[in-house]
Amino acid sequence: MFTTDQYHGMLAETVTVNGANGDAIHAYLARPLGAGPFPAVVLIHHMPGWDEFYFEMTRKFAHHGYLAISPDLYCRDAHGAPDDVAAKVRADGGAPDARVVEDVAGAARYVRSLPNASGKVGVIGSCSGGRHTYLAVCQTSEFDAAVDLWGGRVVMRPDELNERTPVAPIDLTKDLSCPLLGLFGAEDRSPTAEQVAQHEAALKEHGKDYEFHMYEGAGHGFFYYHSGMYRQEAAVDGWEKVWAFFAKHLGGPA
Amino acid sequence: MCTMIVEKVSVTGVAKGGGNWFPIARVNVGYDHPFRLPLEHAVTLDFVNEAQGPGARVAVELTPQSAQQLLDTLRDVLEQGAAAEAA
Repeated sequence: MFTTDQYHGMLAETVTVNGANGDAIHAYLARPLGAGPFPAVVLIHHMPGWDEFYFEMTRKFAHHGYLAISPDLYCRDAHGAPDDVAAKVRADGGAPDARVVEDVAGAARYVRSLPNASGKVGVIGSCSGGRHTYLAVCQTSEFDAAVDLWGGRVVMRPDELNERTPVAPIDLTKDLSCPLLGLFGAEDRSPTAEQVAQHEAALKEHGKDYEFHMYEGAGHGFFYYHSGMYRQEAAVDGWEKVWAFFAKHLGGPA
Repeated sequence: MCTMIVEKVSVTGVAKGGGNWFPIARVNVGYDHPFRLPLEHAVTLDFVNEAQGPGARVAVELTPQSAQQLLDTLRDVLEQGAAAEAA
């Protein structure tokens, strides 16, 4: 819990990590100052790109006592204003799933190697990053806890599959390797409440450790305070659930 | 990237953005999360010239109703233009 008598300090900077194929990609690292040991969290940015919201969110995790790192999943595609880069990537069909998963795993390995890391690493992402979060914890065993914030296209029709997104994440549920927290808006259209229910049924079927929360009156992106999608009550409650979940599974501060 | 609905059309023309005109080679037409319009989904039009980098882009985000009106108007104007050329 934040109290005014505590010492606070952090270092935040761009670093280079080895992602898919050993490629050097940029990542934004924010870490609390001190010997630790600190748990860590990898933040997977959303469709609008490696943007100011994710930089702020990365620092928010450091403020809460986590070594936080957010890799630039579009680093190989282009550099420029985040929305221009994201528009290009979207037009090109999006970042390939396999590359994203390995980039995220590389960020996890980097942050786990820091001398003040506890060894516990979580992962969180929103929108496309929520979907990527689920892929990462189904296709690697790098993580100890995962938070999917309204990830769309976890449930996919066969005609939506392609070279870049060859597998519907829901079909990987049996391989989910850590506890999962999911936060969703009842008015969201991607994922719809029905798709979230399908996802939950798959988790139950495979006996996975998960908790899902559906917020009435919220749609997609209800944490995004810079947009019309922001929903104050859902966002405040959702953040409390995120901190409690990571505290429980990563040993972070409550 | 939650709908991933995007179509590309090659075009010949110019666009003005950032105070300068530049040639455009393509328009990317999408139906997905907008960057700025306060809607969950919007019709997005990116007039781009990839050869000049990702910043060579004029971005437009429209409500679906506005996009339909624009489409109807484009068709109407093209028909008027064709009639004028034929006269």
